[in-house]
Amino acid sequence: MTNISVSNALLGSARAPGSQAAGPAAEAAPARMALNVSNLSAWYGSKLAVSGVSLDIRANNVTALIGPSGCGKTTLIRCFNRMHEFAPNARVEGSVLFDGVDIYAPGIDPVRVRQRIGMVFQKPNPFPTMSIAENVAAGLRFLGVRSRSAIADRVEAALRLAALWDEVKDDLKKPGIALSGGQQQRLCIARAIAVEPEIILMDEPCSALDPVATLKIEDLMRDLSQRYTIVIVTHNMQQAARVSDHTAFMLMGDDGAGHLIEYRPTQDLFTRPSDKRTEDYITGRFG
Amino acid sequence: MTRDLFTKEITELQDEVLVLGSMAEKAILDAMAALRDGDARWSQKLIEDDQKINAKRFEIEEKCIFVIGSQQPMATDLRSLVSMLFITTDLERIADHAEGIARINVMLGDEPLPRRLGYIPAMADRAVTMLRDSLKAYIERDIASARRICEADDEVDRLQDSVYDECFSAMVADPTTIQRNTYMLWTSHNLERIADRCTNIAERVIYLVTGNMQEINVSKY
Repeated sequence: MTNISVSNALLGSARAPGSQAAGPAAEAAPARMALNVSNLSAWYGSKLAVSGVSLDIRANNVTALIGPSGCGKTTLIRCFNRMHEFAPNARVEGSVLFDGVDIYAPGIDPVRVRQRIGMVFQKPNPFPTMSIAENVAAGLRFLGVRSRSAIADRVEAALRLAALWDEVKDDLKKPGIALSGGQQQRLCIARAIAVEPEIILMDEPCSALDPVATLKIEDLMRDLSQRYTIVIVTHNMQQAARVSDHTAFMLMGDDGAGHLIEYRPTQDLFTRPSDKRTEDYITGRFG
Repeated sequence: MTRDLFTKEITELQDEVLVLGSMAEKAILDAMAALRDGDARWSQKLIEDDQKINAKRFEIEEKCIFVIGSQQPMATDLRSLVSMLFITTDLERIADHAEGIARINVMLGDEPLPRRLGYIPAMADRAVTMLRDSLKAYIERDIASARRICEADDEVDRLQDSVYDECFSAMVADPTTIQRNTYMLWTSHNLERIADRCTNIAERVIYLVTGNMQEINVSKY
């Protein structure tokens, strides 16, 4: 299986999900920018939650979104794979280009978008009635993969990439919810990886985990960024400083909506922020 | 404004850095006075007192490290604490050079007074002024003053040239003065190094304010 364009994939003429060659690592030359976000605004009904955000997400980087509660981080990240529209009366303006294709353009299949741009949530949420293996395979089955051997291969590969295989290889039939919190979160990461996304969005993935499990997820993020583009929302500034290559700082403006204040290489943002509001936030003077 | 405790910790640490600076300045002034007066016993006392300066440096470092670990500073706070670590090192080394001058005076022993020190007292005056100005620039976060301190180092280097010329001329004219003039060269070298350390502090002030690390003035020596 060779190159099928991204636009075709988003429109629904998908690559066969069982193909190993079509994974992100097999892309000859990954696009420098995984996402081009332009003048993006998001509403819940009449309430403007995110206002006019423009930023480019670099491919095979970890990008962190930080900011005080209510500044629109989660809303913004949910716009990156069209999950925002699950909220009642939710609406988006602006564009999000994924390899040059606007994911909000007419005819784009949001299910395909979410396959290519996966998401991991704050609280680990394995399917409670499914085994560890079934959890990882769930997305594959949804996409129509039927071959048992192909599924088994993909489950193992995803669990290995999520650094969970060695801990669960003898217990694949046990319920996913029997795992520890940190393991459940890595299981959810494996579930996201199994459908071969290019981008993994993580919304405070460590906030429910203890420090040891948190550091494991952070190590995993660094490893995964070799193959995937990762965007993480975090309240933990030290975590953003540890794991990310670029950091975006958001803040609620006088209009009550979240605005992008500063977006820079992580080292620069945390050692010499250019905006006084960023400085005040990261030094704990407010927020 | 939040983080009152953290702000207080940084202010207290900064005061401690100034105390260390005062100790280093006194060490230079005393070492030079003992050299001028030929007071070897005073110099011996100064050599012993350098241990107190070393201890103060480690005390500040330990506090800094604990604050960095406990408060996890970012941005200006982080640069402020990191700068303190570097500045305390420079101040302790400045005091070591003052101790070096005290040791030279002990070696000079009972050389008769008045001693011919040539341009060395002028070098010491300028080095002490640079030290005071660098700490003032540090407290006031004054980049313009910091840059001027780096320029002042050129004057110290020129005085060092004059000391070299004088000492070598004297050694050529009268070889029996070689040992004595070598001691003077060592003394001027210690003062030149003190001035260099002051430029390090000035560069650290610029980093603290701007976040940019750059060598402002490359010393001739």
